[in-house]
Amino acid sequence: MTTNIQSMIKPVGHTWWWHGLLLLAVIGLLTAYHDVFDVYEVSILIFTGFSMAFVGNQWPEFRVHAIAVAILSLFAIQLYGSDLAAAEVNGLLQYILASQSAIMWMSVFFIAATLAYFGGLIFRSAYTEKIGTSFTWIATTFGMTGLMVRWRETHMMGADIGYIPVSNLYEVFILFAVITALIYLFYERRYQVRSLGGFVLLVISAAVAFQLWYAFERNAHEIQPLVPALQSYWMKIHVPANFIGYGAFAMAAMVGVAYLLVNWRMQKNPSASLVKSMPPLSMMDDLMYKSIALGFAFFTVATILGALWAAEAWGGYWSWDPKETWALIVWLNYAAWLHMRMTKGWNGVPMAWWAIVGLFVTLFAFLGVNMFLSGLHSYGGL
Amino acid sequence: MSESTKKGQSHLGFWRRLFVFLGSMELAIILLLTLAIASIIGTVLQQNQPYADYVIKFGPFWFEVFEQLGLYDVYSALWFLAILALLVISTSVCVIRHFPMMVREMWQLRTNVQKKSLRAMRHSVQWQTGASLQNTIAVIQQQLKLSGFRSRQTVKQDDAVLVSAMRGGMNRLGYLFTHIAIVVICIGGLFDSNLPLKLAEWRGDIKIETRDLSVSEIPEESRLAVGNNGFRGTVSIPEGRAAEVAFLPVRDGYLVQALPFRIEVKDFRIEHYPNGQPKSFESDLVIHDPMLESPLEETISVNHPLIYRDHAIYQASFSDGGSALTLDAWPLDSRAGTEPVAIEVKVYETRQMLWGEEMMQLEMTGFRPFNINPDPTEDNPKNLRDFGPNFTFKLRSQTGEAREYENYMFPVLRDDREYFLSGVRNSPAESFAYLYLPVDEDGSLKQFLQYAALLRDEGVVTKVANTMMLEALSMLPERDTALENSLQQTLQTLINMFVRGGFDEVRDFIENSLPDAERDNLAPAYLGMLREMLARIYFTMDGNDAQDVSNEQLLFLQDAVDAIGTLSRYGAPVFLHLTKFEHVQSTGLQIAKAPGKNVVYLGCALLIIGVFLLFYVPQRRLWAWVEQQEGGLTEVILAGATNRNPREFDSFFSAQQAVLMASTGNSFDQPGS
Ligand code: HEM
Repeated sequence: MTTNIQSMIKPVGHTWWWHGLLLLAVIGLLTAYHDVFDVYEVSILIFTGFSMAFVGNQWPEFRVHAIAVAILSLFAIQLYGSDLAAAEVNGLLQYILASQSAIMWMSVFFIAATLAYFGGLIFRSAYTEKIGTSFTWIATTFGMTGLMVRWRETHMMGADIGYIPVSNLYEVFILFAVITALIYLFYERRYQVRSLGGFVLLVISAAVAFQLWYAFERNAHEIQPLVPALQSYWMKIHVPANFIGYGAFAMAAMVGVAYLLVNWRMQKNPSASLVKSMPPLSMMDDLMYKSIALGFAFFTVATILGALWAAEAWGGYWSWDPKETWALIVWLNYAAWLHMRMTKGWNGVPMAWWAIVGLFVTLFAFLGVNMFLSGLHSYGGL
Repeated sequence: MSESTKKGQSHLGFWRRLFVFLGSMELAIILLLTLAIASIIGTVLQQNQPYADYVIKFGPFWFEVFEQLGLYDVYSALWFLAILALLVISTSVCVIRHFPMMVREMWQLRTNVQKKSLRAMRHSVQWQTGASLQNTIAVIQQQLKLSGFRSRQTVKQDDAVLVSAMRGGMNRLGYLFTHIAIVVICIGGLFDSNLPLKLAEWRGDIKIETRDLSVSEIPEESRLAVGNNGFRGTVSIPEGRAAEVAFLPVRDGYLVQALPFRIEVKDFRIEHYPNGQPKSFESDLVIHDPMLESPLEETISVNHPLIYRDHAIYQASFSDGGSALTLDAWPLDSRAGTEPVAIEVKVYETRQMLWGEEMMQLEMTGFRPFNINPDPTEDNPKNLRDFGPNFTFKLRSQTGEAREYENYMFPVLRDDREYFLSGVRNSPAESFAYLYLPVDEDGSLKQFLQYAALLRDEGVVTKVANTMMLEALSMLPERDTALENSLQQTLQTLINMFVRGGFDEVRDFIENSLPDAERDNLAPAYLGMLREMLARIYFTMDGNDAQDVSNEQLLFLQDAVDAIGTLSRYGAPVFLHLTKFEHVQSTGLQIAKAPGKNVVYLGCALLIIGVFLLFYVPQRRLWAWVEQQEGGLTEVILAGATNRNPREFDSFFSAQQAVLMASTGNSFDQPGS
């Protein structure tokens, strides 16, 4: 009870040190790069600082994660010095911290986490589920570190080749896995349920599998310079915003799957073990709504940022280019979903199915367009 | 009388019902989904392609149908705009209907609630405290303020006071923002859409131009004067030239939009990464405008447009600006001799050429100073190599059909022998088939062409055939003129056939005109004889000595034979070899004017704010019914309600309850309903 009061009355814990650290980091980066940053990049950096402060305020684990990523990345960059070849000679880099290795570890831990979560679910073992959670955190940390180190690596490729590694299909898959995991972890803590972990981690594992195939089959992990159209600071905000949307939608869909499964078992046998070990339907329903709302909000932002970027790169904020149009389709679909639920008060099974369909629509907007349709978003073709 | 009034009522009733229908959630949801589905069309069917392509794709009938449906430009098709308009109307009506309620909700504290209804609420507790009525109220309001609530007290009875509190009224503002934003965005977009053009077209004020004309030739009715309409056009300006119009693509044609200033292009640059990928496209522009006292100089690049007088000028594309090329026309057809003839042409020029007795139209279609392509000699497609300058052209015969060619300036290396490379295809749909012409020691085609000429030279062929025949028949006891003549004939025809149609023609001959019985043992003999002839003719060339043959010579002979064997399919009477060029580029600018842009951006801002308010600022209400009890006790009934996130509200409410209980110093509490 008392903790509850605490949590309601003032922000969780005393986080002045967290804000202090962020402030130092931002100032540090600004002084280190003041001569290469333009005003936009400075604003983006400061904005990032604020949002991390905000998220960290209500989410202690996130602070630990962020600090771990920072330390690992800085360490890796130290080891690298100024030549990429270090990755072949230095064991630590070669096996753990070089972006490629870090990403491999991410993949391993995500898949392990999926198994752990399901194991915990099947054998009703809270401990195993806890392991699932820590594995997910480890994987997320590796993934984020991998991206950070890769960012540095792109700059070591050669003068002005460097770019933020969310610029091609391979990189955004990693981003997707990491962000989806973070969103899930947030709600896991918020709702104190781990039994949904396996379901959400399924879609992450799928992404991981694709990304592994893509790297091994197509050498997609090789760093290629950016085409001129993608050299823009918009990249730094448009893509992450987009993937918060994608991640949240994916999570909603997987919760929908869990919902349908439990609902189906419940009809057969209300005291089935699955029914017992899963959270109540009402909670999953609520969670589904929450993550679609989150996704919708950020997808709105992302689409608008995309329009602003388009206005700058292609000469018009809206050109009905296939990628844009599919973003609109996704958006309209979820707008309809929200209205259905908000004002018609639908919930439960139909909304769960709709959320799953929504994921396929989203998936097409994210992958299908690049694979099957031609347009201005020429990057990231398979 | 009563009739009319009834009519009047049903009339009214109709409008009211229409209004309700338009504002109904059902319609809203249907519209959202319809729009989503309709939008798919334009993504699966490529929009605004040349109509010819659509005809090829769908055939004349379906082409017509689809055109009537406006599928080639769905997003400005009437029916599509109608759906959009309906959504906007529906949203507006919805906002209008909810507006008063939302505003009230935003500010008003509900003060007219009864004790009963508070007790009945899902979140409701009550307790008693020893503190006085006034103190309790003061403390409660104090506490509520701390947790961000606006509160007001209303005296219910002489011994009871209701404290009504609310927080998060902005949530309602979120609703208004979100939905007003939709309307604002669509209206802003309307300014920038091509709807005004469509209207002008219907009124017949303007006519879409479909012919390919120079700017000066374009008739008035296809020109748009400088105005404040929005548009999005393109113009291609060669280096050193200027333009003061933009071309607006419309369906299968275009319109010409006048600009209030002149754009001069000083220079266009492409920079490359070490691996050959393009890194940046830049244009140095000079804006000439009477309104400027001195011309404005700016460099634009992708992602870095120039905004001038509400016109945004973007680096969109680039092309050749009419580079000057110097070509050597090597005759592949001996009738035109074996010496190259120099030609001076510009890209996009067309020339009538007389080659041999053949009149042909040469159409220069393009030039590229370098061609960074995957290196065929490496297996990793990521390894690129610069194949040097190349140019493309068409050769059109009198009958009108044209072949397209692509020639490279420098010889390419294939298993360390050099060849001049020339691609040929009959239609853009095909990919190029390449002719490899062997290059001789001094890097020219002379030897090859001499050899080709010899093969056509009656005298030489007859002579070689004769000697070969005599040698062949020398072992016979006595001469047989009939046999000699026929053999000599055969040898000559073999060569002629080969020159006409390569090995294929010879094989056809063997297939068709030899008696089946002998074919199998004659065929190898024929091909052997042909090879022998080809070699002997080669060795009649000066500098070649049949006695000591170098390996190079044999390889050259082989290449030459292969090349000549395919010449018939190559189809051009000459090989055009690029010797000098002066590269002139043309920058492709996109010029856009969007008067509605800021309106749209305003809408976007509203939308973002609105959505976040809607989702993350829950509206929460609390009521405290404070009533004087006998015995100096004061009773507090605390109740609460929210418009979303009931789950969070549970813990929130219990937290509030605990705080208030603690602070009002309750003596003992009874669990609420
Ligand atoms: C493109 C069009 C529209 C968009 C993007 C949109 C967006 C939204 C969003 C994001 C919400 C919040 C849902 C939630 O809190 O879960 C909402 C709520 C709502 N919308 Fe819309 N809407 C649109 C059109 C309409 C239309 C045409 C109507 C008229 C029937 C409408 C009526 C409502 C109502 C009544 C609510 C509930 C407000 C509340 O009480 O919280 N919307 N809308």
